[in-house]
Amino acid sequence: MPEARGIRPVETPALDPTPGQTVGPFFGFALPVPGGAEIAPAGAAGAVRLHGRVLDGAGSPVPDAMVELWQSDTDGAVVQQAGSLRRSAGEFTGWGRAATDADGWYEFWTRVPGGGFFSLAVFARGLMHRLFTRAYLPTAASDPWLSTLPQDRAGTLVARAQDDGFVFDIHLQGDQETVFLDFSARDRR
Amino acid sequence: MPTVGVMTDTVRQPVDASTPDVTQAQISAQMEDAAQSYLRGLADHGRRELHPRLDYPAYRSSVLRHPTKDPVPVDPEGVELWSPVFGERDVAAVEADLTAVHAGEPLGERIVVTGRVLDAHGRPVRRQLVEVWQANASGRYAHQRDQHPAPLDPNFTGVGRCLTDDQGWYRFQTIKPGPYPWRNHRNAWRPAHIHFSLFGTEFTQRLVTQMYFPGDPLFALDPIYQSILDPAARERLIASYDHDLTQPEWATGYRWDIVLDGTRRTPTEEDVDA
Ligand SMILES: [Fe+2]
Repeated sequence: MPEARGIRPVETPALDPTPGQTVGPFFGFALPVPGGAEIAPAGAAGAVRLHGRVLDGAGSPVPDAMVELWQSDTDGAVVQQAGSLRRSAGEFTGWGRAATDADGWYEFWTRVPGGGFFSLAVFARGLMHRLFTRAYLPTAASDPWLSTLPQDRAGTLVARAQDDGFVFDIHLQGDQETVFLDFSARDRR
Repeated sequence: MPTVGVMTDTVRQPVDASTPDVTQAQISAQMEDAAQSYLRGLADHGRRELHPRLDYPAYRSSVLRHPTKDPVPVDPEGVELWSPVFGERDVAAVEADLTAVHAGEPLGERIVVTGRVLDAHGRPVRRQLVEVWQANASGRYAHQRDQHPAPLDPNFTGVGRCLTDDQGWYRFQTIKPGPYPWRNHRNAWRPAHIHFSLFGTEFTQRLVTQMYFPGDPLFALDPIYQSILDPAARERLIASYDHDLTQPEWATGYRWDIVLDGTRRTPTEEDVDA
């Protein structure tokens, strides 16, 4: 595990950020790579499946979205291992990328994160800027930060257990809209 | 093969029954309203919007795809304070040359695009992955779903990758992409652009964006570019022509620096000694 990093008091950033833009409809031939979503070998001992659908405000699947997963290893360690684009057998990098299929499903094979949640970034045609969220393990549902959210909102961040792993749907909009995260809020206070 | 169309009197035109019925004038009016209301708000309270509006109906596909609730402020923790690591084994050096992928030379204007990836404090993002993808010189993507009747180039795919160096520099050699039509509204055209995907030193800095070329006449008409309401912010997406990067008898040069959102974690020695 690399040395611990803490949160420091915010300094005023010197430079304004380059703005984001939508990933558009044509990322499919560029960003997803073969095996990119198989962070652990599918079906191997200790491997779990994290999958779900990306849905729009009408509840329709989003077939041109992309989800990126970044997570700690089973013991909670942050992995700093190259190779996510060209994987070697048995090596765990903690990062993967999955495009949604025609029915809006994304799917990863990975390990259970010791840190309690899967960290996700979501991209799609029609989505102007990436969104961040967390898929908490069902066993982490009593997380103190989660309990600061209204119960129905907190529920959108908890994955559901299944035989081979977890299901986590991402609602971009609507009654069940997923909680998305603002990591920069403190910078503006 | 895409359907190219039929000969009309003298000009060959595409035949397409499904032209959207929304006009550029309607989209432009919507964009103008959003721009004016942003500038009024800025004068009132001074809060700049440094990223695009998620709720920007002039880009019609965004209507059902933007969250309606505010994102929840949270301090990054655990893995979020770190970024995935990429290395030489993820990226071959030749992947930075998009003109060298096939046996022949692609058609179009050969260009060099280079710049630095920095964090909000001006520190270089070192040894990190930069990915690009783009249309060919005719404005056509080598993507199954792009069916616009412009030619594919058998010598151009339009995908590149590289790692930044120790000073945060990336560099690609490619072909200047053409503008292309899309179905947002009738006669909608995207300004020429290269898609960029970036990582920082922290997961919270993850960025996907688009780089544009100076002086494009389509900027004012494009709801994707205009979804960034702050004029100074959206101009950060425009590369500058740099004659010092231009190579005699070979390629013109563009410079584009990228600044990622601020980091929250304690800088390590490695970050600081830059
Ligand atoms: Fe594009």
